[in-house]
Amino acid sequence: MVKARFLIPLLLFLLLLILLGVGLKLNPREVPSPLIGKPAPQFDLPQLDESGKAKSFSHKDMLGKVWMVNVWASWCVSCREEHPVLVNFAKSGVVPILGLNYKDERADGLRWLAQFGNPYTLSVYDHDGRLGIDYGVYGVPETFIIDKRGVIRYKQIGVLTPEILQKKILPLIKELEANA
Amino acid sequence: MRKLIFALCLALSFAATAKEAAPLVADPALEKRVMALSEELRCLVCQNQTIAESHAGLAIDLKNQIREQLAAGKSDAEILDYMVARYGDFVLYRPPVKASTLLLWFGPFALLFGAVVFLLLNIRRRRNALLQSPTELTDAERARAKELLEDAPGGTQA
Repeated sequence: MVKARFLIPLLLFLLLLILLGVGLKLNPREVPSPLIGKPAPQFDLPQLDESGKAKSFSHKDMLGKVWMVNVWASWCVSCREEHPVLVNFAKSGVVPILGLNYKDERADGLRWLAQFGNPYTLSVYDHDGRLGIDYGVYGVPETFIIDKRGVIRYKQIGVLTPEILQKKILPLIKELEANA
Repeated sequence: MRKLIFALCLALSFAATAKEAAPLVADPALEKRVMALSEELRCLVCQNQTIAESHAGLAIDLKNQIREQLAAGKSDAEILDYMVARYGDFVLYRPPVKASTLLLWFGPFALLFGAVVFLLLNIRRRRNALLQSPTELTDAERARAKELLEDAPGGTQA
């Protein structure tokens, strides 16, 4: 037993390696949101596209539905990467997707949607980023899933991938839809 | 003559000295509080800067938010709560002491304590080992030492 003592530093080193390895896998940009399990922030904002009948949109219009909020902007490079995934997801029509157009210019936002397709049921226009602050947004794109009672159940920071949709979001939506 | 003009110019130039710089903000006292509070808050876009240091869009928005709320008469604690409610404890540069942050707060001290204990035990063990070892050489050892000293190159050949 005494002879094995020289192995202790090696074991400590391996332990350190494992610790650092795990640290590499974590994404420091993903800060757990305190908003999960809390009621979604209230809002009543103008729509991005004002040509329709209703000029504004309020969180109350979504009560009783499971819905998705996607924070996007025309200046956001990763949003472009995420966009086709959202467009595909929108085609399946599982849940309404509310776009939160964050700190953007109206004309730029509308042009972006015209150019790349519009996955959103509708987009609200948050020009000065106030609603973004209420949602704790710090890295566009961000995506939230909100349940029928208006409680935030999930937050995705960064780009939505088909894997995340399949593995995390769809099962969660199914579960939330089943609950009254 | 030239000297006179030069002196005149020099004298006149004093009249052109600038006025006291105008303050950059309307309310310096408020701005001071805004800056003090924003130094407590982490910018989530550039994580290792406070929002006071950062020029990221979000940091500027948050500073405006602080300024507005201070002007509306909110207390510092209320504003910090407002930020934590949205961004979590991570926005605070001085996170609160609670169950999930115990390791963060006291981990380094625990590590230091462990290291000191280990060091003291080690020192004591060594000292005991030294004390217990015989200090006098046996005759056989003495003879061997002498032999080695004499054989060594440059050794005492006395």
